[in-house]
Amino acid sequence: MSEQTTDKRVREASRRHFLQAGAALAGGSAVAGLGGTTALADNGANLPPNVPEWMKTPGDPMGSQPYGAPSAYEKGVVKNISKTLPQYISASGRTPLQELDGIITPNGLFYERHHGGVPTIDPAQHRLMLHGMVDRPLVFTMEDIRRFPSQSRIHFIECSGNPVYTKPYGKTASDLCGLVSCAEWTGVPLKTVLNEAGLQPGAKWIVAEGADAAALTRSIPIEKCLDDAMLVYSQNGERLRPQQGYPLRLLLPGFEGNMNVKWLRRLKVVAEPVYSREETSKYTDLMPDGTSREFTFTMEAKSIITRPSGGQKLGAPGFHEITGIAWSGHGKIKRVEVSVDEGRNWQSAELQEPVLTRALTRFRLPWQWDGKPALIQSRAVDETGYVQPTLAELLAVRGANHFYHNNAIWPWRIDGSGEVSNGQA
Amino acid sequence: MARRELRIAALLIVAATVAARAEERFGIGRAATPAEIAGWNIDIGRDGENLPPGSGSVARGRTVFAEQCAACHGAEGQGAVGDRLVGGQGTLASAKPVRTVGSYWPYAPTLFDYIRRAMPQNAPQSLSDDDVYAVSAYILNLNGIVAADAVLDAKTLAGIRMPNRASFVADPRPDVHNH
Repeated sequence: MSEQTTDKRVREASRRHFLQAGAALAGGSAVAGLGGTTALADNGANLPPNVPEWMKTPGDPMGSQPYGAPSAYEKGVVKNISKTLPQYISASGRTPLQELDGIITPNGLFYERHHGGVPTIDPAQHRLMLHGMVDRPLVFTMEDIRRFPSQSRIHFIECSGNPVYTKPYGKTASDLCGLVSCAEWTGVPLKTVLNEAGLQPGAKWIVAEGADAAALTRSIPIEKCLDDAMLVYSQNGERLRPQQGYPLRLLLPGFEGNMNVKWLRRLKVVAEPVYSREETSKYTDLMPDGTSREFTFTMEAKSIITRPSGGQKLGAPGFHEITGIAWSGHGKIKRVEVSVDEGRNWQSAELQEPVLTRALTRFRLPWQWDGKPALIQSRAVDETGYVQPTLAELLAVRGANHFYHNNAIWPWRIDGSGEVSNGQA
Repeated sequence: MARRELRIAALLIVAATVAARAEERFGIGRAATPAEIAGWNIDIGRDGENLPPGSGSVARGRTVFAEQCAACHGAEGQGAVGDRLVGGQGTLASAKPVRTVGSYWPYAPTLFDYIRRAMPQNAPQSLSDDDVYAVSAYILNLNGIVAADAVLDAKTLAGIRMPNRASFVADPRPDVHNH
């Protein structure tokens, strides 16, 4: 009923667009409506002193979108998913960082990485098994998990390969750093659940396993499990999306993304790591001498300017706000420094409160662009005093085949016309 | 300290202990049965711990691989849509390192663990344990790590020493000293 009403309204609106704009073509409803609106905006019919067309007719009725979706004009703001991947079952999709404000990533735009597709899990049939070196091996339903005292905390999750070290480097902020997102997570501290089972002496690691088709498995040091690890079931106020591990995810603030095991079905308390495929052949970091670093958990401090950034264009000289995001797996961001002169001088950006541990932090710097070519870049300093390195500094130590944990500074080059592109390309 | 104060202190300690215990456990969840644990406890340690009974030959593995794996990994494990599984030994310190089972994986039992839990990608946990042993044997044979007549079981798979085993080091970060 309401859909029919909406369709009729859209048809009528689009008919008016065509009549008013004098368009020669007639056709579909919703799409033609959008095109007509653009035409109207172009000829000023919706601009002052005229009364905009959308004020002259009622809007969509209540119930036309039981679950709200963004404006049709924002349809280009979607995950950045390569069209040329060899396959899409084990793959990743990036957050469009340059389109977002603040520090919270909308759930539909949170980056995705899965190793065996996104499972469809009935929460009534999902179980978490906790066993191994515990006094009481236990099985929990999702109702059980939600009975525990809950907590909500804001943390980022970042994929370890964000981005890799080899060319070609990406064009946009999303291409470069879009495998980081941030949300408010709700769940139960893992240590609370471990207490239910009772850890035995000698328990040093916990093997976490997902209920996906990869049964993804990682070993987590017990210190992290007893510190800030959580079992989460909600993200930004609603239940986890399937892509984020519905109905249950392990959250390890500051640790590389794949360790935040999604679709969590099993926790096995053990004395030493299991040395799963994901922590031996996969998420290990190859050095130039042929050795590899293993158990490289923490994502080090990093920042990126999201506006102006690659693919955008400054319309005219004058005032432009430089803004971006900074984060560290080691704690809070202490300072973000911005350079607008090829790295010769650096000034502290303003940090938007709240500045939270292991969360995205928004920074801003007012800037007057003089219309001349410029190189702008940001570097983060976290509360340990660690300073985000340059790509050259990282490459000098790790080489180009290191693959993971690239937290380099990414400068943006602005040319005389205002076009912004990757300063490393 | 007066006796009364001692008694109050003792009572406070008891009360605090009881309160802490009450906070610690909520009585949520139920006991996991041994059968339930056995069904889900599929992870294999690097030393072969928890490998199941059964065995498989390189010859059988060649057949299973052709049917279940070759479409993605290539007939000889050379890679296609799926990862390359074979070769690359001696390349890790070069400008173009090739990471495969033979050149990179440090522990052979991990191969069993991963194939059983995640492969084939379109039907994980569908192969019998015997066939997982067999496919493991075939991939190791393609890499020159076991002989063409090898038959692998829990003991022999755990006894294999992978070429790259000693090349993994602990995380030394922070490794860039720029300030």
